Amino acid sequence: MADRPEGSAAKGDNRPKLSLHVPEPKFRPGDTVDFSHIDVPEAGSMARPDETCNPAEMRDMAYGLVRVLGEDDQAHGPWDPKLDPDTLRAMLGHMAMTRAFDERMFRGQRQGKTSFYMKCTGEEATSVSASMALAADDMVFPSYRQQGILIQRGYPMIEMINQIYSNKGDKLKGRQLPIMYSSREHSFFTISGNLATQTPQAVGWAMASAIKGDSRIAATWVGEGSTAEGDFHSACTFATVYNAPVILNVVNNQWAISSFSGFAGAERTTFAARALGYGLAGLRVDGNDPLACYAAEQWAANRARANAGPTLIEFFTYRAEGHSTSDDPSGYRSAQERSEWPLGDPVMRLKNHLIAIGEWDEERQEKMDLEAAEHVKKVTKEAEANGILGHGLHHPFRTMFEDVFEELPWHLKEQSAQAIRERETKFPGGLDL
Amino acid sequence: MSTEVKETEAVPQGTERRLNMIEAINDALDVTMSRDPDVVVMGEDVGYFGGVFRCTAGLQEKYGKTRVFDTPISECGIIAVAVGMGAYGLRPVPEIQFADYIYPGLDQLISEAARLRYRSAGEYIAPMTVRSPFGGGIFGGQTHSQSPEAIFTHVSGLKTVIPATPYDAKGLLISCIEDNDPVIFFEPKRIYNGPFSGYYDKPVQPWKKFDASLVPEGHYTIPLGKARRVTEGEQLTILAYGTMVHVVEAVCREKGVEADILDLRTLVPLDIEAIEASVERTGRCLIVHEATRTSGFGAELSALVTERCFFHLEAPVERVTGFDTPYPHSLEWAYFPGPIRIGGAIDKILSE
Repeated sequence: MADRPEGSAAKGDNRPKLSLHVPEPKFRPGDTVDFSHIDVPEAGSMARPDETCNPAEMRDMAYGLVRVLGEDDQAHGPWDPKLDPDTLRAMLGHMAMTRAFDERMFRGQRQGKTSFYMKCTGEEATSVSASMALAADDMVFPSYRQQGILIQRGYPMIEMINQIYSNKGDKLKGRQLPIMYSSREHSFFTISGNLATQTPQAVGWAMASAIKGDSRIAATWVGEGSTAEGDFHSACTFATVYNAPVILNVVNNQWAISSFSGFAGAERTTFAARALGYGLAGLRVDGNDPLACYAAEQWAANRARANAGPTLIEFFTYRAEGHSTSDDPSGYRSAQERSEWPLGDPVMRLKNHLIAIGEWDEERQEKMDLEAAEHVKKVTKEAEANGILGHGLHHPFRTMFEDVFEELPWHLKEQSAQAIRERETKFPGGLDL
Repeated sequence: MSTEVKETEAVPQGTERRLNMIEAINDALDVTMSRDPDVVVMGEDVGYFGGVFRCTAGLQEKYGKTRVFDTPISECGIIAVAVGMGAYGLRPVPEIQFADYIYPGLDQLISEAARLRYRSAGEYIAPMTVRSPFGGGIFGGQTHSQSPEAIFTHVSGLKTVIPATPYDAKGLLISCIEDNDPVIFFEPKRIYNGPFSGYYDKPVQPWKKFDASLVPEGHYTIPLGKARRVTEGEQLTILAYGTMVHVVEAVCREKGVEADILDLRTLVPLDIEAIEASVERTGRCLIVHEATRTSGFGAELSALVTERCFFHLEAPVERVTGFDTPYPHSLEWAYFPGPIRIGGAIDKILSE
C-alpha cells in the first residue's frame, strides 16, 4: 500500500476537512419532475449582435438563450430569420421525415433487421434547421445524431437504410456500425464512433479552406458530454488561434447515456460559456426552437464567411429517447422529464407557428406525416431487397481487405485468400466470393 | 466444455455461487472495496447506473458517491486523475467503457502511469487497475470490437491481464487491484454472459451451466503470471486467452484433438515456464488470438517459443489471429478467427 503524504488531514492537523463533490441530477426514476429552475427567457428578448463583433462585446450571449418562437406561436425579436412560408414548410417536412425515419429504423432494429440504431427525437431542429442555414457545399463534421442533415441535404434515404442494414447495397461496404454514414458528395464527413474526434478535424478543414482562399466554411456537431474530451479543447484552441471559418455546435441534450450534463460541467456554467475563455464568439440557443436554431447558425455562418472568426453555439435541447437501442433510460432518469421539458417539441412548435401565421393546418400536417411514414416504409422495402444484417446479402469477403491501404500489401492478399478459402469450406459452391 | 480450474495457488474459502463474468467482476470490486477503503471505482456511467454492462451495479449505493462515481467523457482525464489519486495513496479502479475508447488516455498510461515508479525511483507509484471490455463477436463494428492488448504489452511498466472464466475474473481482478503496479484488465465482453464456442449460429450457453462459474464468496486471489491448463494433451500446445480459450477448446473437442491448451490469463508477466514445459512435451505450438496479426501478442509468443524451445519443435509455430483490417460490421464472422481457421491450422501443424 502506498504511503499517504506527510501532514495530510488524516494525520490530525486542525485544517478543515475536505469533501468531494460528485454531481447528481435533480431527478431519478419515479421522481416528480419540476424544471422551474431552468431559466427560459421571453422569445425575442435577446439582442442580436453584429456578426463581425468582437467576442468580448457579446459575452452575455453565452449565458442567455436565443429564442424566436414564443408561447403565442409567433416569431419575435431581432433573431427572427424571417423565412418565407415555403422554407418553413420545407423545414417542417425535413423534421417530420427525420422523425418518421427514426421511428421505422428503431422498429427495424427491434425486429432484428440490424444491430443498432440511434434516434434524434426532440433534437431534429439542431440538425435540420442548422443545416438549412448553411450552404449545401459547406462541409459538415457531425456526431452520430445528425441524420437530419443528410435528410435536409437530400441524401438518398435508401443509402441510409442500406448502411443501417449493412447489406450489399451499402456503399460503405458493411464495415461501419449502423448510422455511421459518410457522403463526400453531400459534404458530410465520415462519422466516427469515437467521441469528439470530428471537432478539431472540422477546424482543420476550415483552416484548409482559408489557406486555399476558398469560400466554403465548416461546421461540426458534438454532444455536451463529449466536450469533456481533449479533442474539443484542441478544437477551440486551434479555432481561435487561426480565426478559422468554423462553427462548433454543441448539442446539449442533457444526457450522455446515463450521465447528466453535470458530468460535463453544466452545474457550474453553460456550454456556450466555454467560448469565452478561448475568445470565441459564443451563442446559447433554444435547441427546440427551429427558427432560433436557423438564425444562430446563419449568424455564425455569416461571421465565418466574413473572416470574422469561429463561433461556438450551444443548442439547449433534450434527448427525448434513449441514447441508442442498447440503452434503457428508465433505469436512470425520470420518465416525466420528456413531457415536462420546458422548451417543448421542435416539430410541434414549428407546426403551431405555421398554423398561427395561416400557412398550415392540421389536415395538411396529418397528410404530411402519413406521407413521410409511407415514404420511409416504401424505401425500407426497397432497401430490404438488398438484404438485412446477418442474412447473407452482404458484400463479398474480399471487400473486407480493401481500403485498409490504397493497394493491398502481400499480407492482406494472403489473408484475403484465407478468408475466401474459409468461406468455401463453410459454404461449398457459394457464389459471391 | 471442460471447466475444471487447476493450478490456482490460493485456496478458495467459503460458499460458492454460480456467477457470470459480470457478476464475478462486480463481486471482486465489492470484496476489495469492503476490505480496503482506499479502493475507488470511477468511469463513464459506472455510478448510479452501474455501468453499461452492469459490472459496477449496486456499488455506489453500497460504498457511496465518493468511492464509486461517474466521470466526464474524457478517457485522458479518467486515467490522469487515477494517476493523481494513486500518487496520494488511493487504489483507483477506473473503467474505460470500451477498449476501443482507451486511446485518448494512452499518453497518461504509457508516459505517466507506466513510468512513475521508474522515473521517481520508487517515490511514486501508480497502483491502478484499468478495467475495459474488449474483443468482438457482438456486432459492435470497428469502435466496439477491438483487441488492443499488444499496444499495452509493448509498454514497459504495464501489466496486462485477461480472464476467460468468472472464477478467474474475480481472482485475477482482486490480484490486479491489490497489485502496486498499473494493470490493464481486459474483459472479453463476448463471454460476459456465457462461454463462446466460436459457432455463432448456435445458441449461447449461460455461464451457470459450467463449473467455471462457481465463484467462492469473499476474498481469493489468482496470482498474476500463472497460466491455467484448460485441457491436457500430447498432440500440440495451444496458447490462447480470453474468448479464444473457449473457441479453441470447442474446436479441439470437435476434431478429437488432444491438445495441451494453456489459458495465459496474464500476458505481462507471462508464465513462460508453463509454456516451455508444454511445448517441450508436445513439440508443436499453435497461438490463437482475436487481435490483428501483425505485431500482435502472438508474434511475441512465437518468438519466445522459437527462441526457447527450438530444438523441441517438430513443426513451425503457427498463429491464428484476426485479419489485419479494422473489425468489420457485416462480415464480423468472416473476420473472427473461428473454428475453420483454427481447425485448418491444427491440421497443418499435426501434418508436419
